Amino acid sequence: MTTAPSGLTGPMTAAAQQSDAVRTPRKPRGGAGRGTAWYRRLTPYYFLLVPVGLLLLLTYVPVLNMFWYSVTDWDGLDKTKNFVGLENFVDVFTEPANVRVFVVSLYYVVGSFVQMALALYFATILSFKVRFTNLWKGILFFPYLINGVAIGLIFLNFLKPGGGLDTVLMAAGLESLIQQWTGDPDVANYSLAAVSVWRYMGLNFVMFLGAIQSINAEIYEAAEIDGASRWQQFWHIILPSIRPIVGLSFILAISGALSVFEIPYVMTGGANGTETFVIRTIWTGFERSMVGLASAMAVVLLLIVLVITWIQRKVVPDEEVDLA
Amino acid sequence: MFPQKRRTRVLAVAAATTVLALTAACSGGGGGSQEANDDGEPAGSLTVLTWRTDLVEDGTFDDYVEQFKAKYPEVTDVKVEGITDYEGEVKTRMSTDDYGDVLAIPGSVTPDQYADFFEPLGTQEEIGAEYQWINDKSFEGQSYGIPVVGNVQGYVYNKRVWEEAGVTEFPDTPEAFLDALQKIKDHGVEVAPLYTNYKDGWPLSQWDGWLGAVTADPDWKNEIVESDTPWTADSDYGVVDGLIYQAVADGLTEADPTTTNWEESKRLLGTGQVATMVLGSWAIPQMQAAAEAAGEDPADIAYAPTPVKVDGTFHSVAGGDYNLGINVHSKNKATARAWIDWFNHESGFSESQAGLSPIIDGPVPAALEGFVSEVELITLNPAPEGKEALFGDIDKASGIVTTDPKFRQQTIDDARSGARTIEQIFDDLNAKWAEGRASVA
Repeated sequence: MTTAPSGLTGPMTAAAQQSDAVRTPRKPRGGAGRGTAWYRRLTPYYFLLVPVGLLLLLTYVPVLNMFWYSVTDWDGLDKTKNFVGLENFVDVFTEPANVRVFVVSLYYVVGSFVQMALALYFATILSFKVRFTNLWKGILFFPYLINGVAIGLIFLNFLKPGGGLDTVLMAAGLESLIQQWTGDPDVANYSLAAVSVWRYMGLNFVMFLGAIQSINAEIYEAAEIDGASRWQQFWHIILPSIRPIVGLSFILAISGALSVFEIPYVMTGGANGTETFVIRTIWTGFERSMVGLASAMAVVLLLIVLVITWIQRKVVPDEEVDLA
Repeated sequence: MFPQKRRTRVLAVAAATTVLALTAACSGGGGGSQEANDDGEPAGSLTVLTWRTDLVEDGTFDDYVEQFKAKYPEVTDVKVEGITDYEGEVKTRMSTDDYGDVLAIPGSVTPDQYADFFEPLGTQEEIGAEYQWINDKSFEGQSYGIPVVGNVQGYVYNKRVWEEAGVTEFPDTPEAFLDALQKIKDHGVEVAPLYTNYKDGWPLSQWDGWLGAVTADPDWKNEIVESDTPWTADSDYGVVDGLIYQAVADGLTEADPTTTNWEESKRLLGTGQVATMVLGSWAIPQMQAAAEAAGEDPADIAYAPTPVKVDGTFHSVAGGDYNLGINVHSKNKATARAWIDWFNHESGFSESQAGLSPIIDGPVPAALEGFVSEVELITLNPAPEGKEALFGDIDKASGIVTTDPKFRQQTIDDARSGARTIEQIFDDLNAKWAEGRASVA
């Protein structure tokens, strides 16, 4: 028994040695054997040079610049930038107008829960046998493919007085429900959050559906033999299996709610109490000409998102995340 | 040679070149082809940045370029770049050296920054002997910009609608103005007697044109930088913002301000669905064109002064529109200067825009002759030496940012919801202003 392995390895080693022997004499002929190997090892890095170069140029350099601007009083134009320390960061939290915008984010946080519930509902239904599955999938995912600015413009016309929604309500005999969808300050944020849900639900839906479809079909079969209802299948099989994806969607939802921008910016420009943190940041940087303060706001937003991600990781430890 | 080695080197160079090429593609563009021509006769090529994209598209600028080249045959090429988001884009471009040869000075450049970006055109006295309204773009005795056209301020209205409602005289108090709007509303107007253009925002800043005319005080701006209470019942700001608040609270403006539309508003005024909009006189030709396009009589569009009489006369602040300046990095300053002078003297731009000529004693356009004969024009006094940037600094530090429509949108929000009274709004604005003053001082 003990000789067998060595007998088996013997020829292989010999062959390896032989091939080495065949190769080695060639190296000195080149005169730079070590050099060739050294360069060969570098080859993958050359391929990385372009993407990493672009990443550094277009992402990391601007972000580092932003950190620098955030401790200066730069107005976006001046030739000199004066260092002011942490003054801008104090202003971010002490100016009441800067803090108030976080309240608006709550509408979108609530909206994103609605969005996840809807997405989960549709994903579960479509994971069972349904007619025209692909058509429904297409319809549900389609809004996510449309550009955010286009969506803003579509809904601007849909929600304006006498626009699409009012016409539909009138045709249905529900005149009493007609409101100023973006004009009434009590309704405006709900309208905008609903548009946001309409847009992003498709993404959640596809993520959930993908996770659900990766569940082994035999488990359902076994469950059906055991007489489990559809609801029991959802509660005991589907939901536990896709927990990591739900957790991931949760982080994306919170950070998305804090950095809402396109839809309210296009539809109301942040007027009528719909100003979000990012709209205020843009305004501070470009209309108020305080690029230093605006950079500090951007840094704060970045930190908040990082903290939320960290908390989520601590609170909901993901045992088997293979997608994160 | 070692093929392996050489290939990797080639690859490295290629990769580095790609990165560089992409970078260069971002920062490249015009400016490189001009020959140096700092003084002497206008020659060579010139790049002009303009905010009037409409005039670039309809070929008006092509005519200007033809005429300019006919006068100065040595000039080989004039490239006109129309920029839609003029303020934002030019401001960003100004962090490079490449922002054309002749351009309009963006409003966000503060006076103490002029010399960093723009070539001095001459002393204030020299330029002031020929042109008016140059104080705005002067700093420490040097002038950096010359306005292309002068505007008067008041409001543009549909004469037919006003007369049908029985209002034939210019209202001479804010109350009379509100009464007139109420009469128009009672007589029946489809959209609103007064359109705010709240959604687009910037037209709300046009109300600032009334500042100074309310108290007929050419020093109003220099006085409020010394005051902790710019918003009072009879101050310039107080009358303007109070009037907006009252008009909205009385329901004299459009029902849903968040869905207004600027392009649409021109047609609404032309057809009489809207009776009044507060805009500078620059808006007259645009409104007339929209009325004509809608099949209405462009003569219905008329212009009225700020509804306040001081000592028995209406007043209106006359001032320059955008000012043309020369890029301090320009390689062709002589030609750039020739373009500015030619544009103001010979292009006929100001008359085509129904505006006053920036040249002293220049022609008054037909559309404004009546207005100018009834209304006393005021030119605002320059800020005292050393305080040129003070207004802007306080404005910024206070967080109000009067150059931006946001605070006025807030006033309209409050007027609609009744969340705050006008006194509470004024107290809040005054408190912020005082705070801004304290932090700047």
